[in-house]
Amino acid sequence: MARTVPGVLAAFEHIDAACDAIQALRAQGRSGFTVYSAAPNHELEAALGIETSPVRLFTLIGGVTGVLAGLGMTFWMSLDWPLVVGGKPIATVPPYVVFMFELMVLIGSLATVAGVIILSARTPTTGMAYDPRFSDDRIGIFVPCTGEEASKVERMFREAGSVEVRHAA
Amino acid sequence: MAAIAHDTTHPTQTHHEVTRDVVNTLGTAGRGYMLLLGGAVFMFLIGALTFVMLLKDGLGLAGYNPPAFWSVYITTFVFWVGIGHAGTLISAILFLFRSPWRTAVYRATEAMTVFAVMTAGLFPIIHIGRQWFFYWLLPYPNQRWIWPNFKSPLVWDVFAIGTYLTVSTTFLCVGLVPDISAARDLMKGWRSKVYGFFSLGWRGTDNQWRHYNRAYLYLAALATPLVLSVHSVVSWDFAMSIVPGWHGTIFAPYFVAGAIYSGVGMVLTLIIPLRKALKLEHMITEYHFDNLAKLTLLTGSILFYAYAMEYFIGWYSGNTFEQTTFWRRLFGPMWWGGWTMVVCNAFVSQLFWFRKVRTNLTALFVLSIFINVGMWFERYVIIASSLANDYLPYAWHQMRPTWADWGILLGSFGWFSMWFLLFARTFPVVAIQEIKEQIPMPRLRKGGH
Repeated sequence: MARTVPGVLAAFEHIDAACDAIQALRAQGRSGFTVYSAAPNHELEAALGIETSPVRLFTLIGGVTGVLAGLGMTFWMSLDWPLVVGGKPIATVPPYVVFMFELMVLIGSLATVAGVIILSARTPTTGMAYDPRFSDDRIGIFVPCTGEEASKVERMFREAGSVEVRHAA
Repeated sequence: MAAIAHDTTHPTQTHHEVTRDVVNTLGTAGRGYMLLLGGAVFMFLIGALTFVMLLKDGLGLAGYNPPAFWSVYITTFVFWVGIGHAGTLISAILFLFRSPWRTAVYRATEAMTVFAVMTAGLFPIIHIGRQWFFYWLLPYPNQRWIWPNFKSPLVWDVFAIGTYLTVSTTFLCVGLVPDISAARDLMKGWRSKVYGFFSLGWRGTDNQWRHYNRAYLYLAALATPLVLSVHSVVSWDFAMSIVPGWHGTIFAPYFVAGAIYSGVGMVLTLIIPLRKALKLEHMITEYHFDNLAKLTLLTGSILFYAYAMEYFIGWYSGNTFEQTTFWRRLFGPMWWGGWTMVVCNAFVSQLFWFRKVRTNLTALFVLSIFINVGMWFERYVIIASSLANDYLPYAWHQMRPTWADWGILLGSFGWFSMWFLLFARTFPVVAIQEIKEQIPMPRLRKGGH
């Protein structure tokens, strides 16, 4: 079993209450807290001040790699064993655009998925308190903290309108 | 079945009801489902047995005779690739256009895409004769260092279909992850553990959503031109040749429109019984069927125009071979195929101008069958009639499909249905998280965002 991260876990039923709590946490200068939700929500994103994910860099690099792979593969293989077929040039761009395009989409897509996995793994969720209702109809906020600080966070959550607050060991 | 009872453009359930209703569709199956699955497996076994006979005795068993060496197998290949197109159109293109109606139906159509392309992928292998040498199409270093001919449309096809299968499967799996985690959290015991394994540790954290949303957008942006490219490449298998009736510049848009038309037809055939069987009538409503039918009308009308243009250009070209080919399609020995194609595609699609037809489930289901039949015949007519009667009248010979052709065709429907049925009971067929995105969350204070 992974070690449990000590902290306070709050469940919210109302979106505005959850946003208030997030803003209050940010006003206190806290970072490193986690917000759980069943679906993406623009209000939560605005409250969190989320920046655009760098996953697009993976897409770009994957796509460019695909185009170059398509170009390199077709030209190299054509010139490696030069065989005239149907009187056409040995290596030529127009028919090879198909390969460049297909490999751009293929490698670009796979790189995008790899990007999500790599970037998500940078912020591991192991050991953090979670409640199955967060994938249903509740918004969850987990703040890693202990002792007096935890009581302060709990009070703040209750004032914001949380329906349930509990301490994780 | 009469007109559809619900008329909602927005989901009316709460978040919890959405999770509960969709997760309840998973798991234990009834007798009707098992009968359908049994039927699908039986059909697949007929196809598998036919394939064993083909391996043993060769393609002579199928109706392959000079000059028509492409017939039912290539027809069925193009048919299944086409079916796949509606799924990606609905899941990726309509996502970029922010069409709200796609949400309730896109998961089922995306699954349909993956299984249809999986089915299509079998056909080039079945068709090539010496099936055990299929890997010759791949660019691998063989002992003589000879590479594939990259100027051949058939090699383009290998890359297009391979990419399409990989990317559409990736897109489906990525969309499934948050929904599988919802199933994990609602289920108990070993089921929760199994779904937990497939949810890949998804918890819906702000960080996960941040990367996921961007990735989904870029995947949709990559899949969008892919849909248009795949059937264009398939159409070039024909259009790059000089066979009369094939050598047309309109082939790419003509095939893409036809593919989406046939795909939406199959979506209707699958979803109408599915929503009833899984008790999802309140989620997939009149609004969705109306829009699906409008999509059918649009693509069917493009197809109508393409047919008219094809005949017009055939006549206007002044080329005897083109004129003869198109004349024979409607009045030659394959007139039944030609008219089936024109009636089922060009004319049937025009019935969707009427709202009463678009919102009547019985009518939609029956017409969707016509679309499926019509689109199979379209490919059969294009392929078989052009090859059977090309430039040399002394070499003309009509194509006669045999039991080996029909056995494989039946097997392909069994294979496709088997995977779709298994999917429908194992994974959420409605995208839980995207539906929830459309339902506003409750507020403490009055007023909206």
